Amino acid sequence: MSMVSETATAAAGRNTRSAGWWIVALAIGGILFALAFAPFLFDNVRSQQVAARICIFIVLVASYDLLIGYTGIVSFAHTMFFGLGAYGAAIALRGMGPGWDAVAVGTLAGVGAAALLAILIGLLSLRVKAIFFAMVTLAAASVMLVLASQLSGLTGGEDGITYRAPDLFKPATKLWLDADGKVATLWGVKLNGKLAAYYFVVLSCALLFAVILRVVASPLGTVLEAIRENEMRAEAIGYRVVAYRTGVFCLAAVLAALAGSVWAVWLKYTGPDTALSFAIMIDILLMVVIGGMGTVWGAVLGVTLMSLAQFYLKDLMEVAAHATGDLPLLPELLDPDRWLLWLGILFILLVYFFPKGLVGTLAGKERRA
Amino acid sequence: MERLQQTVARMGGVNLLPVAVALAALIAIGAPATWVTLTVAGLAMGMMIFLMASGLSLVFGLMDVLNFGHSAFISFGAFIAASTLALLSGWVAADSLLYNLLALGIAISAAGLFGLVAGWFFEVVIVKPVYQDHLRQILITMGALIVAEQLILAIWGGSPLSVPRPAFLQGSWLIGDTTIEIYRVFAFLLGFVAFLGLRYTLKSTRIGLLIRAGVENREMVESLGFRIDRLFAGVFMVGSALAAIGGAMWAGYETLITPDLGAEMMVLVFIVVIIGGLGSIEGSLLGALLVGLTGNYVGFLAPKLALASNMILMMVILLWRPQGLRPAVRT
Repeated sequence: MSMVSETATAAAGRNTRSAGWWIVALAIGGILFALAFAPFLFDNVRSQQVAARICIFIVLVASYDLLIGYTGIVSFAHTMFFGLGAYGAAIALRGMGPGWDAVAVGTLAGVGAAALLAILIGLLSLRVKAIFFAMVTLAAASVMLVLASQLSGLTGGEDGITYRAPDLFKPATKLWLDADGKVATLWGVKLNGKLAAYYFVVLSCALLFAVILRVVASPLGTVLEAIRENEMRAEAIGYRVVAYRTGVFCLAAVLAALAGSVWAVWLKYTGPDTALSFAIMIDILLMVVIGGMGTVWGAVLGVTLMSLAQFYLKDLMEVAAHATGDLPLLPELLDPDRWLLWLGILFILLVYFFPKGLVGTLAGKERRA
Repeated sequence: MERLQQTVARMGGVNLLPVAVALAALIAIGAPATWVTLTVAGLAMGMMIFLMASGLSLVFGLMDVLNFGHSAFISFGAFIAASTLALLSGWVAADSLLYNLLALGIAISAAGLFGLVAGWFFEVVIVKPVYQDHLRQILITMGALIVAEQLILAIWGGSPLSVPRPAFLQGSWLIGDTTIEIYRVFAFLLGFVAFLGLRYTLKSTRIGLLIRAGVENREMVESLGFRIDRLFAGVFMVGSALAAIGGAMWAGYETLITPDLGAEMMVLVFIVVIIGGLGSIEGSLLGALLVGLTGNYVGFLAPKLALASNMILMMVILLWRPQGLRPAVRT
């Protein structure tokens, strides 16, 4: 654990880099390139949807990594904050009509609620053991989930809320006109509102990700790692551990809520399944662990691999379930709906054998030598 | 004021909380008949939650391991008991008390036996490699919970399963104008017996002495030559079996169970353990009764607040006593 986060920064500062570092750097570079130009590279709607989801989740997972990887806090309430941001934007967009004022008001309300709740939970329970905190956040998150489905007047209950995004993001909006007065195309892609929406997601997420990178590289990031490594010592040097922990918990909550708002604007639908369910929390956990705890860049790799697996593993399992159709129990275990079973096993094995995740393991080899 | 505090402390201190809650509810509800029904339901629910929570609390107190996968034992217990009762449906529906009891006994033992075996497996394979490392412990047990839930879905499918109740536990007694469901009384009694058994084992036997010493100071017990790892495994197995039995009882209480049962109960169990203080069974009992009672009272008075009420209860108690009501371990 102790070397996880140092590896990325330490590796960057050295002249000789391991082969693993180059593989990771190339992979991440490729993913970022693909995300930045997704509308031009892939022309079907589904892959754009996947790309947008990856962008949002990179921010979500990286902000979660601030907690679990850098500060050593285990929280199960991250989707709760994500959901608060999403529901804030969604309720405002439904109530005030599609417009930027609604987005701003909703986002502010959602972020404010998230920050307030984070301070409350943090001050109440961050003084005690990590395990205690994990339990409190889990309880809070499940109560929030129940509340969201019960207060159906406000949240639409299980069905969620559908609404319209600001006019700029309508597919009919023309960003650029050519000589004939039609929508201009660039490399065969129409410059319409759909493109604007995608780049709204990409740029917002890039900004949020940059904030996270900055936090990690700043003295604050070092203090957080110090707290993770030796709480008593950090306290003895004079850092107020509870204040720092609560602060970073709050920061992560705000980042998650912002990501949630962007997600709500992109999806034009917000419901328990897309913004609040416990399945999302499990996704985040898996992504952090796959990418590597304590490496912000690991989030990029973890999220991409998980998202691709989510879409393509199911197809693979479908085939396998058909192939083993005559055997007992096996088809049920290989059913596409049971893909979480296999990911869960993978998760356990990863935590046992590669607690540093992909980025930590690959890029960290050099350090031992 | 000080005298009042002393009097309260002499009469039982925090142990009086459930009584205070019950009295407050009597005033709020007004109708004694309804109140009695609700109180019996709350006590029964509390006892079932106690069965589930005590194992978690004990394991934490002794081993410093918090098993997030604990609810898997609850769900498996519920489903195994339901399947067993369905297999023995002839005995369950029979008009003979003996056959009824046999079927019920077999179902509960099956759940308990599964808890013992699965607990052993869980302890040795999943938890042992990550003693002392809280972060990985939480992650690993969470992963195990995911796998277990998916296994339940794969074996029993996602649709609700109805649980046949033995004939002698059907129906209710009418005393005056209050109705008391027989099953609730039975659940309360079973939970109470389990509590007495646990308490006797912990306070009056040699093994209990070792367990309490282990909670106090693990290294010292080890250095005196006792195989504390065997003790760990044993406590883990018993804790898991209790959770499975609690799940089995809950299945009979609900009569219709879904795979979500474990996740729903886990929140309650966590709240109970937090309220009661980690590591003590008295604390678990106190927390469970409080949660059961408030859940039922608030469910009657303001149905929308039912789940939030437990959360609010937890927040209030944490503000008052950050370690829980009766903690056994120093956090």
